[in-house]
Amino acid sequence: MNLEEYRGIWVYLEARDGQIAPVSLELLGAGRQMADKRGVPLAGLLIGDGVEELAQTAFPYGADQVYVYDQRIFADYRTESYMRAVIECVEKHKPEIILYGATTTGKDLASAVATDLQTGLTADTTMLDVNAETGLLEASRPAFGGNIMATILCKKHRPQMATVRPKVMKALEADQTRTGEVIKESIKLAEEDIRTKVLKIVRETREKVRLDEADVIVAGGKGLGSKEGFQLIHRFAESIGATVGASRDAVEAGWVDHAHQVGQTGVTVTPKIYFAIGISGAIQHLVGMRNSGLIIAINKDPNALIFQACHYGIVGDAFEIVPLLMKAFQKEPDREVTYG
Amino acid sequence: MLHIVACIKQVPDTKIIKMNPKTNTMDRASAPAILNPYDAHAVEEAVRLKQRYGGVVSVVTMGPPPAVKAIRKCIEIGADAGYLVTDRAFAGADTLATSYAITKAIEKIAEEHPVDLVICGKMTIDGDTGQVGPGVARRLDIPPLTNVKKVVEVNKEQGYAIVHRKLEDGHEVVQSTLPCLFSVEKEINEVPYSPLPNMLRAARYNPVVWSVNDLGDIDRTLLGLKGSPTIVAKVWPPEKPKGGEMLEGTATEQVERLMDILREKQGLFRVKEGQS
Repeated sequence: MNLEEYRGIWVYLEARDGQIAPVSLELLGAGRQMADKRGVPLAGLLIGDGVEELAQTAFPYGADQVYVYDQRIFADYRTESYMRAVIECVEKHKPEIILYGATTTGKDLASAVATDLQTGLTADTTMLDVNAETGLLEASRPAFGGNIMATILCKKHRPQMATVRPKVMKALEADQTRTGEVIKESIKLAEEDIRTKVLKIVRETREKVRLDEADVIVAGGKGLGSKEGFQLIHRFAESIGATVGASRDAVEAGWVDHAHQVGQTGVTVTPKIYFAIGISGAIQHLVGMRNSGLIIAINKDPNALIFQACHYGIVGDAFEIVPLLMKAFQKEPDREVTYG
Repeated sequence: MLHIVACIKQVPDTKIIKMNPKTNTMDRASAPAILNPYDAHAVEEAVRLKQRYGGVVSVVTMGPPPAVKAIRKCIEIGADAGYLVTDRAFAGADTLATSYAITKAIEKIAEEHPVDLVICGKMTIDGDTGQVGPGVARRLDIPPLTNVKKVVEVNKEQGYAIVHRKLEDGHEVVQSTLPCLFSVEKEINEVPYSPLPNMLRAARYNPVVWSVNDLGDIDRTLLGLKGSPTIVAKVWPPEKPKGGEMLEGTATEQVERLMDILREKQGLFRVKEGQS
């Protein structure tokens, strides 16, 4: 493999409900920096049905070009159809790096593409850099349940690929004056070539937990003692308009749904304020919330690790402290908590 | 008769593993080796499908000889047969090289008894990648169905399966031809305590053990460290937070102090509209 033939940085633009997923825009931000460092173009890769005009959204966020596959067969995401488009585009244009959001779709697609291209893929990256001279992508990620950080390189294969966690990279401020080039691609692919079919997509009607977008999170852990005890978290969160988060222990004990789990095997969050209540602060949890703006920890155990990771800590019984806090918030009659 | 192969891995329990602060390496002795929790759900689902449709469940793993223990755990859950591929040549494998070795083992298992379905856990708790399952599917040239949270139907006669795949904001119902591969979410099932006869069988069970030489037509350059496009260039401990300011005093004083801090933060409280 002649590594020199591969040039340019790509971001897979995930189209969801007529929009580009936020993580894709974040990756354009990270990709722009790396492309500038390398002096190469930054391109988006967009696949879907009726998505062509979405390509324009990528330019204000840093893309120089967008490759677009806009075909009926791409109406639903399917591994087998989408991967063919990615692979064909890679073989045609030979990028040195491809970044994907570490979403359900991004991880699925990247895993399949990496196998067929026989190249390296780093999962759930949280730090990205590129060596300006060698062009090596330095993709770092938590490993072994967050106990260590590891930097992964892919020296002899191209493209170098990584999936990147949402909410870790920063999107650029949209510059509406920036423009770019839309490159239309198409691939010969018949429905009979694809062995799967999406019969139905069901949007869950129950209250959506969008931890990753929350401004304030009230999270509870093992210290709440029981499902009944965990209700305190729900009450506090509701009273200040916050979203409920949880540690793995609380989820595994069945006190709260997995959708609320923050951490390595849950969601990575970056709220303005994060209340960690009765959470010991295992590293798996910390990797998911440590970039929060203001972390407030409440725990009975003065030696709890969470106090090392918080901005302000209160040693005390959650069942005493939290009701006092709720009362104190209520005393702000003319105000609401917004954390703007 | 369905033949289902579950891919499993023995992992250190990363929840309790300790780090050696001097060398930044994991003290593996500090954590027991367990069956990867996601894989337990994969095996359980395979066993449930076997009970529903009739069939045989084989489990396969790549790992050092002590990984026999993880296979025995799968026998407890209800698997019928276990295969351990173990060889120094596999050492240092990344996800790409791992999927190659596992695929070769599945192909060998399929020589005797064709495989209808491969099931994996969503990811392992030590590697945390979720990449090996889809990789195995691509190498076997069967459709990968990731994030499966419910199996609606597996119809061998008509050659299809229908599952629910978990999405960020719901799920999708997908039909695939058979054979195919599922990688499953934890919520797909609960793993009950194993029945006594299974435990007795597991205690005495010895899996089939294969080395590289047993896997027949295999390209050794695709195995282990050699076959791994990625390398770990550096490991370091996650940044240690400096520690926060502890609020002193009685509970009431602590809460008051906290409210002061929250008020001090610019823009934290917004005056409600219409009341400015």
